[in-house]
Amino acid sequence: MRLLRIVPDNTKFRIVHWRRLAYPFSAAYSVLVLVLFLTVGLNFGIDFRGGTLMEMQAKSGKPDIAQVRQTANSFGFGEVEVQEFGSAGDLSMRFALQPGGEIAQQAVVTKAREAFSANYEFRRVETVGPRVSGELVQAGTLGVVLAIIGVLIYLWFRFEMQLAIGAIVGTMHDIVLTMGFFLITQLEFNLTSIAAILTIVGYSLNETVVVFDRTRELLRRYKTMPIPELLDLSVNSTLSRTAITSTTTILALVALVFFGGTAIEGFALVMLFGVMVCTYSAMFISTPVLLYLDVRAGRLDQSEELAEAKARV
Amino acid sequence: MLRLQARKVILVLLVLVFGCGLAVPNLFSPETRKAIEQGAPAWIPRFLLPIHAMTLGLDLQGGSHVLLEIDRADLIRSQVTQLRDDVRRILREERVGLQGGIGLTPRGVQLRVPDAADRAKLMPKFRELAQPIGTFGAFGPSGNQSIEVTENPEGLIQLNVTEAGANERIRRAVEQAMEVLRRRVDALGTTEPNIQRQGLDRILVQVPGLQDPQRLKQILGETAKLQFRMVADANAGDVDMLPSQDQGGQPIPISRQVIVEGEDLIDAQPAFDQRTSQPIVNFRFNIRGAQRFGQATTENLGRQLAIVLDNKVISAPVIQSPITGGSGQISGNFTVEAVNNLAILLRAGALPAKMTIVEERTVGPGLGQDSIQAGKMATVIATVLVILYMIGNYGLFGFIASIALLVHVCLILGLMSLLGATMTLPGIAGIVLTIGTAVDSNVLIYERMREESRLGRSLVSALEAGFTRAFATIIDSNVTMLIAAVALFALGSGPVRGFAVVFILGILTTVITAVTLTRMLIALWYRWARPKALPF
Repeated sequence: MRLLRIVPDNTKFRIVHWRRLAYPFSAAYSVLVLVLFLTVGLNFGIDFRGGTLMEMQAKSGKPDIAQVRQTANSFGFGEVEVQEFGSAGDLSMRFALQPGGEIAQQAVVTKAREAFSANYEFRRVETVGPRVSGELVQAGTLGVVLAIIGVLIYLWFRFEMQLAIGAIVGTMHDIVLTMGFFLITQLEFNLTSIAAILTIVGYSLNETVVVFDRTRELLRRYKTMPIPELLDLSVNSTLSRTAITSTTTILALVALVFFGGTAIEGFALVMLFGVMVCTYSAMFISTPVLLYLDVRAGRLDQSEELAEAKARV
Repeated sequence: MLRLQARKVILVLLVLVFGCGLAVPNLFSPETRKAIEQGAPAWIPRFLLPIHAMTLGLDLQGGSHVLLEIDRADLIRSQVTQLRDDVRRILREERVGLQGGIGLTPRGVQLRVPDAADRAKLMPKFRELAQPIGTFGAFGPSGNQSIEVTENPEGLIQLNVTEAGANERIRRAVEQAMEVLRRRVDALGTTEPNIQRQGLDRILVQVPGLQDPQRLKQILGETAKLQFRMVADANAGDVDMLPSQDQGGQPIPISRQVIVEGEDLIDAQPAFDQRTSQPIVNFRFNIRGAQRFGQATTENLGRQLAIVLDNKVISAPVIQSPITGGSGQISGNFTVEAVNNLAILLRAGALPAKMTIVEERTVGPGLGQDSIQAGKMATVIATVLVILYMIGNYGLFGFIASIALLVHVCLILGLMSLLGATMTLPGIAGIVLTIGTAVDSNVLIYERMREESRLGRSLVSALEAGFTRAFATIIDSNVTMLIAAVALFALGSGPVRGFAVVFILGILTTVITAVTLTRMLIALWYRWARPKALPF
């Protein structure tokens, strides 16, 4: 049996050279993200915006969207977003946060149940009041920030500070690009999205750490090799692994997108995008960043070199 | 490195088989598990029995998640009212008259006592009202008092509820409310409701498999404070104007004096009035309640008695004859459902303060079932794709990685069962995701082997170098992932936390399966086949 060989042996791609393309591209994309963020904004789900979300399935199998929309809008709870989704004729209704505090939200649920429960089965009802949604925003943001700080500290201990900075730059880049995905697709941004972003943070670091681990090793082995060449070598020698792991992860996520059901589709799509971005940034963003940081000046303790020498014996 | 010690192999296999075996109870029904637990001899430790299964989150089994928040302002108001009553009692006991009465402020009461001698008499009594807050630190009581008493030379005395006092009151009220809510939810006859405190002033109620969450919310949200009071003259003192339900919400004057309260009820049952066949609630008082109720109805024959629920007059019947038997009935324009709910509420008792629903998430059982099906489907397909791809890339070594992958998934499920963790829809997504990422450790090892072998090392030396060299990278890359996952666990709630648990366990087990199990299998292969080159 002939086996697959995704990446040929001994590739000599001039990876850091490509930064001349990658940096302007990522910079332009980031600017676009910022502009979109300020103009269009994220499509916040009820977790962060407050309000009521209902998913219903027509008992007859054929939902009448126009009729549902008309009835829902006649309640006087403001503009109601009614959408069809999935394949089984499911409908979703989104009511904005009602003025009048926590109690006012419950009136929406009661009213909608009364109006639609004869012809529709309520599959999901979620109501989030104003106070809770505010706290969820805080907790979500705090989570991402804490994770980055935690990782920075770990990397600082395990690697040199320069490498830690490179890794964090890559991670920030991935977060920005993923936010761009939310902004462009207008995919709902909710609690699960925060989970997706934190997972992408983890994955992004994973990708970068594998390359940097090699960089560290090569730094010790080749004391005089020019840095651009050394960085190219780091990426090239881990390229096969990067390609294979990204592919298995993408395969798993594709299965999730197509078969995981509508409730998880958004999460899977974001992750899919994120994994591709992480793979790109580990090679073309984080690694070239090291060119601008004096990586050879980092602490290379005698003890570490000794340990390395011993390991090679 | 490639030497196999029989003892070590057996130990690793035992651990892995046991770990995966932990996942088996999930295949049994809850009844079977219960039967096994009861049927097993007592000398077998419980953790060895196949009875620990994962719980399904509400998003998978369907159910309602309701977050209630206690009304802080309402509680402080009642605390202030009580403070006023206490102050009034002390003034009476000490026979001190006042200029201008007792003033209420948002956080306490104030009164003007110009005479210094009177103040000297009152202040110690007032100070006695303050209670130390019961948090004992390492150095004795924390020194916080529930009430702060101050006086100024002009004779103004202020009694204020302190922040610590208010918090203590909220803490106790939440505890009390949890008891009441538990009794109410139990009365609905649902299985395994979960009621827990969240933060200082919130209670989370999770009820799986409920068809009609509307009813649950009606029952959770009501304060259900029942009072029997007399209807008074509108121009008499100490009267509240309360809306009356049987007169279309029109306010009627009700005396502030409470004859009997809901806490003196010992039973309440829904019934039908024998004459009008209207739905009613029959109730019985305890001895104290029966005495007070008997006395009041004897003294006020011919007057109207108001039945007040949450500051609304349900009905105000005329007392026809003294009711001394300690039982009675509440009638009003009730539906059968309303009577059923009211009986449950009265039996369970009143909430210590108003509670509002701040978050609700309900998933119908149909959607949950669909999600499980879809999740299983995605898991199987992801596994098949990844296995095919790994075998395509690495041949026999890919097959070994696939075995490690399957064991890895079983271990996650086994550990989750042992911990009694909750499997949620994002949790399933986490499993599918780890199927993609778990083989990373294998890939790192294999690629390193390939590299070392290209550098001209012998096969054995390349195999060994693959493990030793890749190990540091595996640890570094997994620890960084772990930090992100822990942050997710710490700050996530509900379903997201389920994802974090899966992710964390996945990272921990992948190190074990990819490194230990893979190494063992490769060593076995080497012994058996005596190969000369890498098979990929």
